[in-house]
Amino acid sequence: MADVNRGDRPLSPHLQVYRTEINMVTSILTRITGVALLGGAVLFVWWLMAAAVSEEYFATVDWLLTSILGDIVMTLSVWALWYHALAGIRHLVWDMGYGFHPDTSDKSAWGAVIGSVALTFLTIITIWGT
Amino acid sequence: MAMMTARKRVEGLGSARSGTDHHWKTTISSVALLVIVPMFLFSVAPLLGNPYTDVQAALGRPFPALSTALMLIVGFYHFRLGIQMVIEDYVQGTARKVSIVVMACISYGLMALGLISLAQIAL
Repeated sequence: MADVNRGDRPLSPHLQVYRTEINMVTSILTRITGVALLGGAVLFVWWLMAAAVSEEYFATVDWLLTSILGDIVMTLSVWALWYHALAGIRHLVWDMGYGFHPDTSDKSAWGAVIGSVALTFLTIITIWGT
Repeated sequence: MAMMTARKRVEGLGSARSGTDHHWKTTISSVALLVIVPMFLFSVAPLLGNPYTDVQAALGRPFPALSTALMLIVGFYHFRLGIQMVIEDYVQGTARKVSIVVMACISYGLMALGLISLAQIAL
């Protein structure tokens, strides 16, 4: 047992050998958006804390979050939230045993990408309207 | 290769038998978030950039306060479960344990900070 080959066994193929597929992109995006949402969450909690501390402190943080840079980060956070939610729906459907056919999963992948952008625009328009 | 039995080499590398529970908790919180996220985005997110007094008044109303509280509790809980899965995929050994503990502290810490702030505003 102790002399089995452990050093130079063939490795399983990794990312770089595959052609880019939409389902590969959506999978990676799901993880990236999930992790990156911590950034948006930190900013929101900071804003909420500022609103609890004082009017002056709130004015500073609120100005920062609604500056051009803040608007970009918040818009990306809204998109990440919608994208991660739609990707999550795909996972819930897969967990029930449906939607695994390549054509179906390609369609739902594009649905998540396009749908998340559409929902982000809808959210931004609603926020502007209020 | 040092003198080491095959058993010694694989010990502690098996399943912890808690994976199904972890996945199920992530699933339950994800279904909850499908309701909570739209609530939050349409009732609390528009408050950004509003005057101080308006924000205080809005967060004092039941629906925006409820949306904020649920978003903080379920959102950070779901994040804490998800980030552990990501850490377990990329980090090994002691660094893995430390990372999981640190991210749990950050998740629950932010959840608590948000809830206390909300309570001070709403009450």
